[in-house]
Amino acid sequence: GQLYRNKLTSVVYFLRTVLAVAGEDFAIVASDTRLSEGYSIHSRDSPKCYKLTDTTVIGCSGFHGDCLTLTKIIDARLKMYKHSNNKTMTSGAIAAMLSTILYSRRFFPYYVYNIIGGLDEEGKGAVYSFDPVGSYQRDTYKAGGSASAMLQPLLDNQIGFKNMEGVEHVPLTKDKAVQLVKDVFISAAERDVYTGDALRVCVITKEGINEETIPLRKD
Amino acid sequence: MALFEVSGYKKYCELREQILPAGLTHLVDRTNHYSFGTKTQEFAVPPGVDASGFLKSCNHDGGVCIEMNHGTTTLAFKFKHGVIVAVDSRASAGNYLDSTDANKVIEINAYLLGTMSGSAADCQYWERLLAKECRLYRLRNNHRISVAAASKLLSNMMVGYRGMGLSMGSMICGWDKQGPGLYYVDDNGTRLSGRMFSTGCGNSYAYGVVDSGYREDMTVEEAYELGRRGITHATHRDAYSGGVVNMYHMREDGWIKVCQDDVSELIHQYRKGMF
Repeated sequence: GQLYRNKLTSVVYFLRTVLAVAGEDFAIVASDTRLSEGYSIHSRDSPKCYKLTDTTVIGCSGFHGDCLTLTKIIDARLKMYKHSNNKTMTSGAIAAMLSTILYSRRFFPYYVYNIIGGLDEEGKGAVYSFDPVGSYQRDTYKAGGSASAMLQPLLDNQIGFKNMEGVEHVPLTKDKAVQLVKDVFISAAERDVYTGDALRVCVITKEGINEETIPLRKD
Repeated sequence: MALFEVSGYKKYCELREQILPAGLTHLVDRTNHYSFGTKTQEFAVPPGVDASGFLKSCNHDGGVCIEMNHGTTTLAFKFKHGVIVAVDSRASAGNYLDSTDANKVIEINAYLLGTMSGSAADCQYWERLLAKECRLYRLRNNHRISVAAASKLLSNMMVGYRGMGLSMGSMICGWDKQGPGLYYVDDNGTRLSGRMFSTGCGNSYAYGVVDSGYREDMTVEEAYELGRRGITHATHRDAYSGGVVNMYHMREDGWIKVCQDDVSELIHQYRKGMF
């Protein structure tokens, strides 16, 4: 029989929400841990932040099979780079490499929305957001996945101070940023069916990567 | 990889040609979907189906929706003191605004700029590849590549993938030995030299504004104002353009970034009394 059909109807996709915030000397990548398909929940404990290096974490949302394969390919390429060049890839280099990996599948895409969070060479926080075929840019904050359209305006307002008048632009501290991420995911879990169960937050500083799990609504 | 060469390891695709008789290799499952393609860039294609049809079918109801960033206004024009390049900064994926501060100008080198409109991934990838080729040209030939040659390289890349669903409308601007250069290159392989171009879904609005205000002997400040107005009025009427105006000025000693002004503030200045 014919193995491939003309449409991607045989692909099932598992939605979730991923978020990343970059600060002066830290970066945060957070994702919920619910793995759902249509009306069912496959798992309540499936976090989507993958640690790539000591200073970089990637969050992937979209089709779970492609997320797994993509992270395996990135890990292999990181190892190849380390063995050829005797140094670890920087966040900017990983972002540029991921762009070409995704573009090599331009005509048969990986259905994954990626967000990379990490520290750049100067130790400043960096967030890189991607579309499924590899276009990317560096941001200060980005939300991706099923609740992205709900969370991005909230982040624009709270971190970017957009659409407000007469507010003092205070730079974001690490503790305030972590608290904001928790609040933002609690809001997402209230209004998005695919977001909930628990929140895994990875905070990246020059001391290393610190992971924290916070419970969210389970309904 | 160095280890491959030292150990005499042969890749599967080389071995396969020796194992199988010629003409039957396409029937065997190939591993190229998972190859790393570090030496030469390879493109994976869905087996058995036409590539552009496959992606189009993905965006219909019932299939998954892979939206890619689209929608823009960019403009560039030559005048007495060089070339002005002005772009907006909105990146839309379907009806969602993916980014309000996208960078649609790629700085290929100090004397070459490329603009991007259409699919963001296509533009970023091929113009990044163009930047690599321009750098290699400089290293091999000991002089900078001309604007005509750079735009030719890009249009040849596009012709190679014609019909596969790429979407790119770009303007290559620079200053070389022939003076200021401006070329329009698109995904069909069209390459045109001209004095003024505008691309993207807001281009008709930008053409109207710049055509009515253009004079060859404008001063630099007048040219900046014309570029700003062109983009601002286009973003005002085109839903898929917006954000900020990023403007560059290509001069004999290289390009400079002129400004990054928010269009919502500019439109209030230009249309006093309208709101």
